[in-house]
Amino acid sequence: MKSLKELEEIKQRTLDSVNLRKDRSGGTRVVVGMATCGIAAGARPVLLAFLEEVKKRNLGDVTVSQTGCIGVCRLEPMVEITCPGEEKVTYVSMTADKVRRIVAEHLVNGQVVTEYTIGAAE
Amino acid sequence: MEFFRSHVLICGGTGCHSSGSADVMETFKTELAKNNLENEIKLVQTGCFGLCEVGPVVIVYPEGAFYSRITSDDVPRIVSEHLLKGRIVTDLLYHDSIHEDEIIKSLNEVGFYKKQERLALRNCGVIDPERIEEYIAFDGYKALGKALLEMTPEQTIDVIKASGLRGRGGAGFPTGLKWEFTAKAQGDKKYVCCNADEGDPGAFMDRSVLEGDPHSVLEAMTIAGYAVGSDQGYIYVRAEYPIAVNRLTIAIGQARESGLLGKNIFGTDFSFDIELRLGAGAFVCGEETALIASIEGKRGEPRPRPPFPAVKGVFGKPTLLNNVETYANIPQIILNGPEWFRSIGTEKSKGTKVFALGGKINNTGLVEVPMGTTLREIIYEIGGGIPKGKKFKAAQTGGPSGGCIPADHLDTPIDYDSLAQIGSMMGSGGLIVMDQDNCMVDIARFFLDFTVDESCGKCPPCRIGTKRMLEILDRITKGQGEEGDIEKLEELGKNIKSSALCGLGQTAPNPVLSTIHYFRDEYEAHIRDKKCTAGVCQALLQITILPEPCRGCGLCKKACPVDAISGERKSPHTIDQSKCIKCGACLEKCPFKAIVKG
Ligand SMILES: Cc1cc2nc3c(=O)[nH]c(=O)nc-3n(C[C@H](O)[C@H](O)[C@H](O)COP(=O)(O)O)c2cc1C
Ligand code: SF4
Ligand code: SF4
Ligand code: FES
Ligand code: FES
Repeated sequence: MKSLKELEEIKQRTLDSVNLRKDRSGGTRVVVGMATCGIAAGARPVLLAFLEEVKKRNLGDVTVSQTGCIGVCRLEPMVEITCPGEEKVTYVSMTADKVRRIVAEHLVNGQVVTEYTIGAAE
Repeated sequence: MEFFRSHVLICGGTGCHSSGSADVMETFKTELAKNNLENEIKLVQTGCFGLCEVGPVVIVYPEGAFYSRITSDDVPRIVSEHLLKGRIVTDLLYHDSIHEDEIIKSLNEVGFYKKQERLALRNCGVIDPERIEEYIAFDGYKALGKALLEMTPEQTIDVIKASGLRGRGGAGFPTGLKWEFTAKAQGDKKYVCCNADEGDPGAFMDRSVLEGDPHSVLEAMTIAGYAVGSDQGYIYVRAEYPIAVNRLTIAIGQARESGLLGKNIFGTDFSFDIELRLGAGAFVCGEETALIASIEGKRGEPRPRPPFPAVKGVFGKPTLLNNVETYANIPQIILNGPEWFRSIGTEKSKGTKVFALGGKINNTGLVEVPMGTTLREIIYEIGGGIPKGKKFKAAQTGGPSGGCIPADHLDTPIDYDSLAQIGSMMGSGGLIVMDQDNCMVDIARFFLDFTVDESCGKCPPCRIGTKRMLEILDRITKGQGEEGDIEKLEELGKNIKSSALCGLGQTAPNPVLSTIHYFRDEYEAHIRDKKCTAGVCQALLQITILPEPCRGCGLCKKACPVDAISGERKSPHTIDQSKCIKCGACLEKCPFKAIVKG
């Protein structure tokens, strides 16, 4: 170890991978509906696509978790995204391709992809 | 970047290890593989979470779900329900970790954790102790960098002095002063030692720190080395702590590889290295001069002080010796400043103290509370009270060197001085709770028996005096106590305290003296009435049959292994006390509850 800078680099490199273990309120939360209907409708590939994109783009401070049935089974797979200080956005009929766009536009640039939301589908 | 959506923290502390956490870990590995989840979910082996009683403990993030008493059989359900589908398996959760509406509480809402403040244990149960990067991610080694690059050794000592930190190994000596003495002592070579002997039966605070956060001790010792001008550290740890020894060995290896131990740390001209010394687990080797002798490879026997280790320690050189928990506080004091540390605790005792809570208590385990927390808060709020709604009788702090605290002192704020005032001591942190079923004479006998066994035998007051005391206590518990015994115990105790060579002998009478002080009537009942009200001392127990409820069914007679019971069918039976061996077999058999003990 030669300098504090070097130490800081190790810290930053590892921090994202341990951040999850703190009780926290900040950060972006991605929740994928993974009840039986969701899994049947292809929720796993959606979840995996989120993980891959987050990993690829080095997005710290994002948690990806799953939940049971969100309620509107015919629109599964569904995903809820909550950015800090903003209303929850619900996306429906998700696919891996849609995930890539949502990560790029919503998570990275803060632009909700309106056409995929539950509001557009109803 | 690696990204895992969920972390499964599995406790790898000694408590959970012995209840099977290694199997749980293995099963998680195979189940994750079976479900193709290895790249999404990270398994982390951590140190103790404190609630060893309900181990093995598994915590799943980001939800913070606290699973308790997990066996390998439970793992497939956690994987397929929680990890795959996101449905928390509520029936496996720790009972106090969910609200009535089944929403899970965050960990600091759980009763056991609510009043705790984790400084020394901050990383235990949070990081993987076998990965230095995780320690660094939680600001590890930053304090060392700060001290080496931005502070002089004198400034470092001043910060510790100003913090008010006192030794956690028992005596409570101001840590900063000890550092200063060692720094000022003349010597071409100096040593920094860590006391990880932890001999108090029932204590496991230091073990948990070493198992859960070994780097915090390494970092603190290195800071100490810089402050006092030493380049060599020793950790004296008992060989009966294999997990701690293993984690320390790994940690030292990683620190050396990263250049955090060794030559020119942080590019400065300061060099420091640490070696382990394994102890055989004798209580007296925790005493500083005996410990030093043992590090030198000699017999672990105390020697008179002065000279103190700060002047003449390991190999005759100035030596700094601190306890594990004392060290674990150092990095944060350097990082957050002395004012921050002083803001926690009481007037003369700053910071927190870790206790190993045991005995008659619902939540057995490891707790860390700010100094000044009352015994009542620890027992009833954190500890969840006494099992089966029984009545609190006393708590023993300070182990074999300490004393008991009776119910009238439940609201005493716990710190060094108030404990000393009521005849107990902080000690290293063993806290044993006793209820109405504990006999205080028997408790005193238990601790004295321990010290008699552990006395090194070098000086007569301790070797012979404690033995005499034990003989008297033995007689009392066997119903052969005599008038004057209590006074004899008191006198012997006082003499031993003032004439023994080391702290072991000087404190050995404490458990006896303090139980006499608070529970003299119990001693008197044993001696005069030959009665043990708690029903513990077998020899004083009488098992009798009450004539009214006895229907003469004869079931007790059949149960008695020594034919002590006689009586005609359908008329009251009696027990021949000279034959009865007090096994209690008849007691359980009687359908009319006619047999009583007391
Ligand atoms: C019989 C006896 C046993 C002791 N056992 C321990 C022990 O296991 N761990 C410990 O840290 N200190 C123990 N001590 C206290 C040490 O002698 C010493 O005071 C302490 O390690 C200093 O560290 P501190 O100032 O950080 O508390 C013991 C003392 C005596 C007299
Ligand atoms: S007091 Fe006891 S343990 Fe200490 S030196 Fe004397 S005999 Fe040994
Ligand atoms: S306590 Fe045991 S020995 Fe005594 S009378 Fe009952 S059964 Fe017999
Ligand atoms: S050892 Fe697992 S909680 Fe203490
Ligand atoms: S045997 Fe040492 S003083 Fe008597």
